Amino acid sequence: MSKADAAAAILWVGATFYALFGGADFGGGLWDLVAGGPERGQRPRDVIQRSLTPVWEANHVWLIFVLVVLWTAFPPAFSAIFTTLYVPIALAALGIVLRGAGFAFRKSIVGLRERRAMGATFAVSSVLTPFFMGTVVGAIAAGNVPAEGNGDAFSSWLQPLPLSIGAMFVASGAYLAAVFLVGDARRGGDAEMERYFERRALGAALVAGALAIAGLVALHSEARYVFDRLTAEGLPLVILSLLCGVALLAVLVRGGRRPLRPLAAGAVVAVIWGWGVAQFPYLLPTSLRIDQAAAPDATMTIVFIVFAVAAVVVLPSLGLLYTLAQKDLLEADH
Amino acid sequence: MPPLDLLPLAASESNLLAAREQMAFTLGFHIVLSCIGVALPATMLVANYVGLKKGDERALELAKRWSKAMAVTFAVGAVTGTVLSFEFGLLWPQFEHRFGSVFGVAFAIEGIFFFVEAIFLAIYIYGWKRLKPWAHFWSGVPMVVTGIGGAFSVVAANAWMNQPQGFTLDAAGKVVDVEPLKVLFNPATGYETAHMILAAYMVVGFLVASIYAVGMLKGRRDRLHRLGLIIPLTIACIATPIQLFVGDTAARGVADHQPAKFAAMECIQETGTDQTEYVGGICTDDGVEGAIGIPGLDSFLVGWDTDTKVIGLNSIPDDEEPPAHTMLHLAFDAMVGIGTALLGLAAWFAFVWWKRREIPRTPWFLRAVSVSGAAAIVALWCGWIVTEVGRQPWIVQGYMRTSEAVTEADGIWFSFALVLLLYAGLGTGAILVLRAMSRRWREQGAEKVESPYAPHSEEVA
Repeated sequence: MSKADAAAAILWVGATFYALFGGADFGGGLWDLVAGGPERGQRPRDVIQRSLTPVWEANHVWLIFVLVVLWTAFPPAFSAIFTTLYVPIALAALGIVLRGAGFAFRKSIVGLRERRAMGATFAVSSVLTPFFMGTVVGAIAAGNVPAEGNGDAFSSWLQPLPLSIGAMFVASGAYLAAVFLVGDARRGGDAEMERYFERRALGAALVAGALAIAGLVALHSEARYVFDRLTAEGLPLVILSLLCGVALLAVLVRGGRRPLRPLAAGAVVAVIWGWGVAQFPYLLPTSLRIDQAAAPDATMTIVFIVFAVAAVVVLPSLGLLYTLAQKDLLEADH
Repeated sequence: MPPLDLLPLAASESNLLAAREQMAFTLGFHIVLSCIGVALPATMLVANYVGLKKGDERALELAKRWSKAMAVTFAVGAVTGTVLSFEFGLLWPQFEHRFGSVFGVAFAIEGIFFFVEAIFLAIYIYGWKRLKPWAHFWSGVPMVVTGIGGAFSVVAANAWMNQPQGFTLDAAGKVVDVEPLKVLFNPATGYETAHMILAAYMVVGFLVASIYAVGMLKGRRDRLHRLGLIIPLTIACIATPIQLFVGDTAARGVADHQPAKFAAMECIQETGTDQTEYVGGICTDDGVEGAIGIPGLDSFLVGWDTDTKVIGLNSIPDDEEPPAHTMLHLAFDAMVGIGTALLGLAAWFAFVWWKRREIPRTPWFLRAVSVSGAAAIVALWCGWIVTEVGRQPWIVQGYMRTSEAVTEADGIWFSFALVLLLYAGLGTGAILVLRAMSRRWREQGAEKVESPYAPHSEEVA
């Protein structure tokens, strides 16, 4: 593996963490949005908020990580993506601002009306942000970002494939979130909320599955290179994702108390790495290869060191935080 | 048909102006929140330490309040910081394209510091009820280290833009080799990072003290308010004299490394020895109007000798001259003037404390403290105006012009307008939330007030 390939792998690791934790976080916002009026939605909203609150910031730092690694290790890819897809990227950034404001302010506001307005801002932007991020990924996979940048600002992403990937991002975030929330409700001993989120996990799983099939069809017609590799080199990962998804559905339908999170995470992680394998060796299929976009070796070395330090320092700290937060969930009931 | 030829140029110049305005505005907004993230943890931990060591409930109460207030500013700062990293691509894609592999390293390092700070802020806030008192105190210490480390990395990247080194270009101008240590530790790193970290401590110290000074002026003269004034003010008073020394070193560094910036901020028109130091005034090509001039002082400050030669704007090629000389000059003077006034305030406080172990009795002292926070922020902004506008027309001094870096995308004025609107909401929201928190603290105590990252209050209480 060359240094550039290793850096690309690190980029993908960051994207995986963001998809898992950031994705679930967006999904939490979606369930908040559809939880109903202030009284009916109170209990699910409480579960969501309790589970999001401590790890909110940490979940989103992965995005910064991905951006920084992309511009440091593969500067031409970064500028090509940003000069072409600036419209959905700016809209995603707008969503991030609104979401952050909603998160920062809603807990500290007393008035019900202001609280609802902030809550609604948080929830609506939780849907729009992953959607636009998905269109960016879809446009890249479709080969609509030229290596030299400045591609068409609208036709690059207003197409079936990017739009369906956008929808898939929203659905898989909702799916992850529902599964995570089942676990949190379980640990909190709230059987009613456990079933509530189980039903939603099931629904989201079906929608995400249907969108994945629609995405495959769109991939077939709009992104032949990626489609061909996804169904050849990437096939084991696609099958793995499918198996995880089916197993999770089976557990949900039979209502067992088996762990759901590894299956849900496995389904999503397999898709992300399947996409990576399918794009290889391109960052921008089929105009910019990883080695063409790579920064000088010394820069890559620093990226590796930073990544290693992050693994040694950040992961244990995160572990401590998750532990403290879970401890809080436990003690809340006693 | 000349007009047709001129059109694209005009369009891109308009884009450049819009992009620069948007960047300046979003940076100016974010920098205040960054200061809080850098310096409030230490302030908070001093209160925490005093509280534990002396069993002082009031000091602990302050630390608790500040941690909850910091949760709000940190969450908003995380958002405005994310916006900045998007803007690198949305506004300055060619800058990233050419030099991302060089200075990106600094941001990668900053990313770790920020990540760890975010995690430990949440741990600290959760820890009020979940950790033993001293373990909880130590769980806050990583925030002090990461705040300083993060500020160092980001400002090192900015220092590199002023003093680029540590990379090799091929004939086509592409970066082919990078020496990361030289990038991080460029000639401007030392003074720029020290200047900024001290500025953060000054801003936070004076800002927090000013809040309690206002409370005391309203007649709330309890122990909580006194401690809330003394702790941050002491920190600011230690930082201020060091800052004047560092700032002085920084100015000499700029005179050496970026003579065009120095000439503009000091209004020096003609290269030569025995330069006059101008205070205030309007800069014109024929000299300075309406300023107080001190003959020879500028040369003396640069080289400890009035015979020191200082480069004037006449030696700088027209297309490499910074714009807006008067604004640069006045911004520089305002920064130095405010810094000096704050030094006076610090000396006043230190003297009375040394004599009588209490804060000066006159309301004029509290009035001065109550405006010191805003003054420190204005000085901070002025300093960044000098650094950034003074580097123009370069984005990377001597290597890349800002006009080469800017995006070709349409609609930057529109996005700037939207950003203004959004940030007005964000700023108003943050201030309203902080005020509401403070009101409830007075009525109910810190326990009952919810904040981001914190567990539900009914659970902890």
